[in-house]
Amino acid sequence: MNDHVTATRSIRRRLIVRLLASAAILAVILFLVVQSFGRQLGQESQDNILAASVTSVLDAVTVQDGALNVDIPYSAFSMLGNISDDRVFYRIEQNQAYLTGYEDLPFAEGLTTESQPAFATEQYLGEDIRLVTASRKLSLNNQPVVVRATIAQTRNGQKQTLRQISQTVLFLGIGFFAIAMVLTFYAAQSTIGPLRRLAASVSRRGPQDLRPVESPVPSEMVPLVRSLNQFIGRLKKSLSQSEEFIAEAAHRVRTPLATVRMQAEVTLRRVERDENREALREMIRAIDESSRAAGQLLDHAMVTFRTDHLVVESFDFQVLVDELVTRLRPIAELKEIDLGWQMGKPALIKGDAILIQNAVRKLIDNAIKYSPTESSIKLTLSQGRSGISLQLIDQGIGFPEKDFELLTDRFVRGSNAQDTIGSGLGLTIADDVANAHGGSLELKNNTEGVGACVTFYLPLR
Amino acid sequence: MRYLLFALALGMFPTLGFSFEVDNRRIFSAQTESQVLKVISTADLDLFAGVIEAFQSQNPSVSVDYFEVSSTELVKALVEDDAQFDLAVSSAMDLQTKLANDGMALPFRSEFTAQLPEWAHWQDLVFAFTQEPAALVFSARDFDRQSVPRTRQDLIAFMRSHPMQFKNRVGTYDIRSSGLGYLFATQDARTSETYWRLAEVMGNMNAQLYCCSGKMIEDVGSGKLAFAYNVLGSYAAAQTNNQDDIIIVEPSDFTTLMLRSALIPKNAKQPQLAGLFIDHLLSFSLEASKAGDFPFPTLQRDVLEQETALRPIRLGPGLMVYLDRLKRKNFLKAWENAILQKQ
Ligand SMILES: Nc1ncnc2c1ncn2[C@@H]1O[C@H](COP(=O)(O)OP(=O)(O)OP(=O)(O)O)[C@@H](O)[C@H]1O
Ligand SMILES: [Mg+2]
Repeated sequence: MNDHVTATRSIRRRLIVRLLASAAILAVILFLVVQSFGRQLGQESQDNILAASVTSVLDAVTVQDGALNVDIPYSAFSMLGNISDDRVFYRIEQNQAYLTGYEDLPFAEGLTTESQPAFATEQYLGEDIRLVTASRKLSLNNQPVVVRATIAQTRNGQKQTLRQISQTVLFLGIGFFAIAMVLTFYAAQSTIGPLRRLAASVSRRGPQDLRPVESPVPSEMVPLVRSLNQFIGRLKKSLSQSEEFIAEAAHRVRTPLATVRMQAEVTLRRVERDENREALREMIRAIDESSRAAGQLLDHAMVTFRTDHLVVESFDFQVLVDELVTRLRPIAELKEIDLGWQMGKPALIKGDAILIQNAVRKLIDNAIKYSPTESSIKLTLSQGRSGISLQLIDQGIGFPEKDFELLTDRFVRGSNAQDTIGSGLGLTIADDVANAHGGSLELKNNTEGVGACVTFYLPLR
Repeated sequence: MRYLLFALALGMFPTLGFSFEVDNRRIFSAQTESQVLKVISTADLDLFAGVIEAFQSQNPSVSVDYFEVSSTELVKALVEDDAQFDLAVSSAMDLQTKLANDGMALPFRSEFTAQLPEWAHWQDLVFAFTQEPAALVFSARDFDRQSVPRTRQDLIAFMRSHPMQFKNRVGTYDIRSSGLGYLFATQDARTSETYWRLAEVMGNMNAQLYCCSGKMIEDVGSGKLAFAYNVLGSYAAAQTNNQDDIIIVEPSDFTTLMLRSALIPKNAKQPQLAGLFIDHLLSFSLEASKAGDFPFPTLQRDVLEQETALRPIRLGPGLMVYLDRLKRKNFLKAWENAILQKQ
């Protein structure tokens, strides 16, 4: 069976990668949005307090004794100190001429109306400052004067707050991502859950279990399961067809051959001339050979087919051997060969009984075939810790010395088997069956005396 | 003695190429000098010497070059003359704040500065290390220790009911020339309207104006003055020779606390050493065991919780308001109207 399936990247991995990527993108967006929101908010609160400050300064502008007087309220600056420890600068002008404060302080351009202060971010004394400029019109000696006040503050407090917000949001983002990660794994796991369950339930099935999948599956998997069920159906059909075909073929080949052989024998009795009789004997031998070859070929086809679909069940190996011995004893007795077999302890084993029976039959068959008349064959079943082995010892011609291993190959016959009818498939079948069960077939000659010693080993699993 | 003392008590002497006036200068030489710390300060050299010597006993290789100046000269030295000093110590909180605000100070951070309460420092630039009350000092000849007025209202009532006794015998700072006097007056005016009524009444008594706390205390002690208003209580208590002649009262309606403060000027050559000295100054307040050796009242970190009448002047940009040219003009005008009665 071919277990190799080309795998592309797993669905779970893909799901996880995509979900995590989107979670990461969301976390970054969250971070950036909240950060810019925080920046805006910080800016706004600083602007608000600067505006309040500049308003209170402008409110304190009065005309006294024909001159402008500015009496800056204490709160104008102390309120700035209340929100942060930032440095404060100011400048007050009358009709664009310096009145008091920091003479070189920049001011915000684009002052439109009196009620709307203008804001700007500038550099002053080597630091970033946020400044507000507002103006107020007064009448001085019946002449309009414009008083313009600018209040500025460094932005360290705001930057500090922003740093804190950024840090908090960073943790928030990381936390968000962590939670998303957990959820992602969970989601991926539960998404492929039904797929896994399906795979598990299908691979858990025995080889003979060809029922369609009936447990409910998510709608996305319905087409897959439907095709799978159809496929199972086709497989089931073709399996039963092959089995039927093999049985049918065996029947169709053997029946006419048997008829031909019978006719040949009948004819042989009637024919008198020696050369004709010889020809008929040759014919009968060829028919026997064909019949045997057909039988072996069909057995081999059956074994090959079945080893792909082992029907594993538990059975007593000893009983199996016993039945075979009983069935084959008459054949052995034709050659006056004694089949030595004794029942012992039960030998339970797991495997395909039909195949094993077939294999053992081939081995007993060989032993009988390659033994002389009036000899004996000894069968012993021995049970070890890891497996059970059946040993067959005969007193026949034994295996030829060279090319031992090749005898299990298809259609290979030994040099010692010229006179016997055979097709070279018996050991192939026995070996295939042993291998299909994880066991082995060992061929050797008896160390003492003549004959072959064949060991058929099956592991217990 | 581990170090030599050079007393250069020359009154005013020219400082090479600089225009600021030095009242007093002394070099506290280390025996094996490796570093020199240049301090410019408004604190009385004699009061401060002990603090410097204590510093040198811990840092024996540091010489201290101490310049005693007035608060305005201190600003002049740092801003106009761009003179090089490692540490500036001043009682003029407003000027210290402005120096820091205008970028004239270097930041400093240590485990000591971290322990300061919020109101006792501004940013990492200005650090307060004393709290000195603006007190009333009465002459023991005119007042009984038990029945002495304890609030401004009482004082006003007392003066109104005994006008003859106080005529020409009331003393206070001339805030036009005294930075500390101006600071106290502006804070008083900010805290309570009573200040203006009191100034008015003191004006009626033809108040005597002084440049400094020392002279005022002296005149109260001698009986020339019946009382003096807004005198540095710490100075009064330090003048031990006339303790029996004066009664020091911290008004119970409110007592303004001046915080002497230190900063590291931006062109300091030894900012690290200056930081060490700041830590030394703060240690007197922060380490209970050292408080007794300090010539000034130490900072009480929990002063705001304990005594509601005590109001430390807050370091911060608010102080800069009174330094505004126009604001100062307005304030002085109002003060002159009240005290000098020259309508
Ligand atoms: N018991 C045995 N004693 C001696 N030689 C054996 C024995 N069993 C098998 N062999 C040798 O191994 C060869 C292969 O045996 P295998 O059973 O595969 O073929 P086969 O018996 O010749 O033909 P068939 O397929 O009809 O059984 C035989 O031709 C024979 O030479
Ligand atoms: Mg055979």
